[in-house]
Amino acid sequence: MLLYAIILTPLFFALVAAILPGRRRRPLLVPIAAVTHLGLVFQVLAGSNTQANEFLGLDAVGRLVLLVVSLLYTAMSIYALGYFRQHRNWRNKIFIVCLLIFLGAMSLATMARHLGLLWVAVEATTLVSAPLIYYNRNRFSIEATWKYLILCSIGIALAMLGILFIAYAGLQGTGSGILQFDHMLAVAASYSKPWLRVGFIFLLVGFGTKMGLAPLHSWKPDAYGEAPGLVGGLLSGGLTSIAFLGVLRALQIMGAAGEIDLARQALLVLGVTSLVFAAIFVIRQRDIKRMLAYSSVEHMGLLAIGVSIGGVATFGAMFHLLSNALAKGVLFMAAGNIHRFYGTKRVCEMQGSLSVLPVSSGLFLAGFLAITGSPPFAPFMSEFTMLRGMVAGGHFVLTGAVLVLLAVIFIGMGSTVLPATMGPPLEEPPDAPEYRDSLLTTVSPLVLMAAILCFGIWLPEPLRRLFTDAAALLEVAK
Amino acid sequence: MDFQAIINGILLFVLLLNLFILGTSRLGTCIKMVSLQGALLALLPVLMHGTPYHALILSASALLLKGALIPWLLFRAIREVRIRREITPRIGFIATLLLGALTTAAAFIFSGQLPLLPEHQHSLIIPGSLATLCAGALLLITRSTAITQVLGYLMFENGIFIFGMLFIKAMPLMIEAGVLLDMLVAIFVMGIVMNHINREFSSINTEQLSQLKE
Repeated sequence: MLLYAIILTPLFFALVAAILPGRRRRPLLVPIAAVTHLGLVFQVLAGSNTQANEFLGLDAVGRLVLLVVSLLYTAMSIYALGYFRQHRNWRNKIFIVCLLIFLGAMSLATMARHLGLLWVAVEATTLVSAPLIYYNRNRFSIEATWKYLILCSIGIALAMLGILFIAYAGLQGTGSGILQFDHMLAVAASYSKPWLRVGFIFLLVGFGTKMGLAPLHSWKPDAYGEAPGLVGGLLSGGLTSIAFLGVLRALQIMGAAGEIDLARQALLVLGVTSLVFAAIFVIRQRDIKRMLAYSSVEHMGLLAIGVSIGGVATFGAMFHLLSNALAKGVLFMAAGNIHRFYGTKRVCEMQGSLSVLPVSSGLFLAGFLAITGSPPFAPFMSEFTMLRGMVAGGHFVLTGAVLVLLAVIFIGMGSTVLPATMGPPLEEPPDAPEYRDSLLTTVSPLVLMAAILCFGIWLPEPLRRLFTDAAALLEVAK
Repeated sequence: MDFQAIINGILLFVLLLNLFILGTSRLGTCIKMVSLQGALLALLPVLMHGTPYHALILSASALLLKGALIPWLLFRAIREVRIRREITPRIGFIATLLLGALTTAAAFIFSGQLPLLPEHQHSLIIPGSLATLCAGALLLITRSTAITQVLGYLMFENGIFIFGMLFIKAMPLMIEAGVLLDMLVAIFVMGIVMNHINREFSSINTEQLSQLKE
């Protein structure tokens, strides 16, 4: 029952938001729904009953992704209150309804125990997030929305094709094309290999597009650049994790079928390509939100590399899923505040923001240090764990290459972030900025930042166990 | 009555429609042909799997969706943006038509090489599906009007639908309904975005959507 409640709560509040008149009070529904959702998620994680029926259930990977999504969403929902307070008179009905359905669809994706249901949920997240990207209603945001909608829809259509190919592999190998996930894992060993391989590649391309792995990431800088900071954070921390979950499901099937090597090679290639693309485009990036988009491409690449190595690195990747989401939340919220203060997201027009917006800029700076893997923050620990896994696996060339690329990205992002925050202040700051740091817009990133610091120094035992369990599902007994 | 012959006839007609759509510039005709294609394909579940309620419901809802609702949404979209023809294809109509014919031939040759189950060796399902996928992709790549890109996406979905016919028994009805609903909402959202593109740029030529770059 709890599982249904987790999916239905946000949908119920979406319905309420659609019916209730009055745009002043409507934003309150978002944090109410989010906190209820988070409470239910904790209750499920504490309990042991995680299988509702053959289509809905939570395994360790699903639990982890659900927790990440719910934590990030709750933080974002408090920030959203401050955001809507600034835009008191904007129409917000469609935005808030879509924002709430978005949470429901993401929760459904984490619980789907049937590949078809997973597909339906992921496609639903694409559709409801398109209006979120279009919130600013100008020609740039419409271009971003169209690209996002078309590219991700085609990507997801390819994933559907992949699912059907895998079903054909089942039809040929076992006489039935059943797509119930547990059943598939049980019989995958007898699947027809050629169809399975082709199906995996299509699934990887499809969910990889949604995840934003290079070279399938072309929608990402546009969408993250034009969407409000709130939405950017939810996409880069929440939605990418959901898409990654899709990739992990494909990986699990390949593992059960004894084809893990091909799957890992393909993930490794996409992962390294993503790091290379991110390193190239993050240098001289003059737009802070686009810079964050390339940082997201980088971290998706790291996740792909982590699970492709296996062993300790898979544990690192599970940890990184959480630390990346939290850090991206901080960065996008802080970037959104800075963006609104200056009315621009170009670096040359916002120099030295630390002197006028100490809290938001300080958070942006701290978030930058965290996401680029500086100790003692959580991303440092997770990246370090992944690197340890690579060395332990004997991948010395790969380790060296990843370290060099991470260093390049650190320098590239630093050359954008440092002048923007610590550079000499602008001689003429904006006359009447429409934004001042307030409790509502800074408390969420502060709490997330504290969590990142805490998890970097000390990882609570329940979380460690969750990462271990999730990693164990992705391992294959040789 | 030999259902297999009817199924193959429908699939052949679908292939001809692919080529016709690739070669025509009138958007209204394109929408009608893509919808006709969808409506014909909606008959496949019943023809292939008899009339258990599962296949019946699937056929009926696909027919309603692909044959009526989606074309209605698309016609409404082009009426509001007052556009009748594809103006600037990136590759000429004859060239795309030839490419379409080539990919169709390639789909047949390729599926002859695939490791298929004996009962699918001589069926048109798999080559038909691949050829329709390719035609949809061609439409997406070569046209620049937003509405033709949506049509390309729909043809792509039609190709997947044909392939999905092999697994009707394996897919629970609820999930199929979810897939179809997602598709309807996708077309609905795309239609709205198209309208906004038109309002912002006074055209739905997506080549104008090129201001965001490094």
